Amino acid sequence: MQAVLTLTRSTVGQKVVVAVTGVILFGFVIGHLAGNLLLFVGPEAFNAYAAGIKGNPPLLWGTRVTLLVSVVLHVTFTMQLARRNATARARGYQKPRKDQITTYAARTMILSGPLLFAYILFHIAHFTAPGLDLGGTFHPENVYANVVNGFRTWWVSAIYIFANFLLGLHLFHGGWSAAQSIGAQSPKYDALKKQVAVGLAVFVSAGNIFIPIAVLTQLIGSADQLARAQAAFETEAVTEAATGAEEE
Amino acid sequence: MSDDTIDLRLHVWRQRGPGDEGRFADYSKYAKRISTHASFLEMLDVVNERLAADGERPIAFDHDCREGICGMCGAVINGVPHGHRTLTTTCQLHMREFQNGAEVFVEPFRATAFPVIEDLMVDRSSFDTIVQAGGYVSVRTGAAPDANEIPVPKQIADRAMDAAACIGCGACVAACPNASASLFLSAKLAHLNLLPQGQPERYRRTRAMLAAHDDAGFGGCTNHRECEAACPKGISTDFIARMNRDVIVASLTDKDGNLI
Repeated sequence: MQAVLTLTRSTVGQKVVVAVTGVILFGFVIGHLAGNLLLFVGPEAFNAYAAGIKGNPPLLWGTRVTLLVSVVLHVTFTMQLARRNATARARGYQKPRKDQITTYAARTMILSGPLLFAYILFHIAHFTAPGLDLGGTFHPENVYANVVNGFRTWWVSAIYIFANFLLGLHLFHGGWSAAQSIGAQSPKYDALKKQVAVGLAVFVSAGNIFIPIAVLTQLIGSADQLARAQAAFETEAVTEAATGAEEE
Repeated sequence: MSDDTIDLRLHVWRQRGPGDEGRFADYSKYAKRISTHASFLEMLDVVNERLAADGERPIAFDHDCREGICGMCGAVINGVPHGHRTLTTTCQLHMREFQNGAEVFVEPFRATAFPVIEDLMVDRSSFDTIVQAGGYVSVRTGAAPDANEIPVPKQIADRAMDAAACIGCGACVAACPNASASLFLSAKLAHLNLLPQGQPERYRRTRAMLAAHDDAGFGGCTNHRECEAACPKGISTDFIARMNRDVIVASLTDKDGNLI
């Protein structure tokens, strides 16, 4: 019991929880981007990938529950720590303290965090539940069309580009910081650790930003590709109708 | 000899006591013709003599060795604890580091756990409380042990010595955006947790000193590394990572250090 309290009550323990959940979420966004890059393979590959996830409830719900728990813990403990940190210097410097080596990303974690949270709610509403008719009618299975239609709307793309810039900032500090908070430190690997953390942050941010840009510049989402994506469902519908007719 | 003296536009925080609101006072007229060979504290001594001659209350500030090794002095000078020169305590900061006519603001270290006693003096006894909670090893007293009776690898001895270089001045807390004492705490922990003599009480010590740190009202670490930049002894935030690792292990062990 004492041990659990050390993790949930102490400044270091709470930060460890924030770091571990942060690593889980970081891992998810890497996988999420890797899957999304199938957009560049083609509409069939992307829609098959989406159908594959939906057709695997243990994977789908296991991931959803893990992410939900991680986000709740990440936010709850961060808020507790932030409140505590605000009282640790109740009377601030009258001549402002000068930062020496901290980064813009580190100083704005407390802003990029809530903004990302709001963006995630919008992102889920847009593509999952309930699914928004942005730039075209939302189709629960033609995920390719949802992406292309959505990102053809300039302000939707603008939100995604801005949010993923923020995500990059958040991960730029978060990656190295999480390693530090869980004590993953060794003189031998420190330089590598920093490079890997920054490299992954840039990969996730730039990769995610590239998708709306690719749609806006018509690199993906041509009329032909959209037609192929749509045709798959129409054939299916026809086949289903035909099967249904035979059964009748 | 104009090259050897400077005039400062000096603003010093004046606060009569813990209950007083406090304010900056402009002491520019007392800070003229300051020798560039003077240390920052000697500059304050000169200003104090001139204040006293005018019947004013001298500025209260902490100091002791004036050699940069005791950890007693410290003020935030133009927004930076111990001033802008790296790896330097306030007493070792010399006035030759300032331009003639420079505007200088001097303020106490600010943290809820470091209440102001008077002017630039703050109460840092919360550091003592942290050390009392576990910054020791329990050994049987008796005849002095033989030298080198316990072998300590050179690398470990060096790392422990790096941690032990902490003079407990509190600049890390003053520099931290969260007023966290993580750098001080981690240095005091690493100093003992690295050495063979510190092993039996390693995780009990880690838990107890962390609890004392949190109880004192210090904030938590958010890895800005401002402490490391301000530390006059160059203590590395690597010690904070080491402490975090020990806290994780401590949370998996009972009070005797056995895995649960």
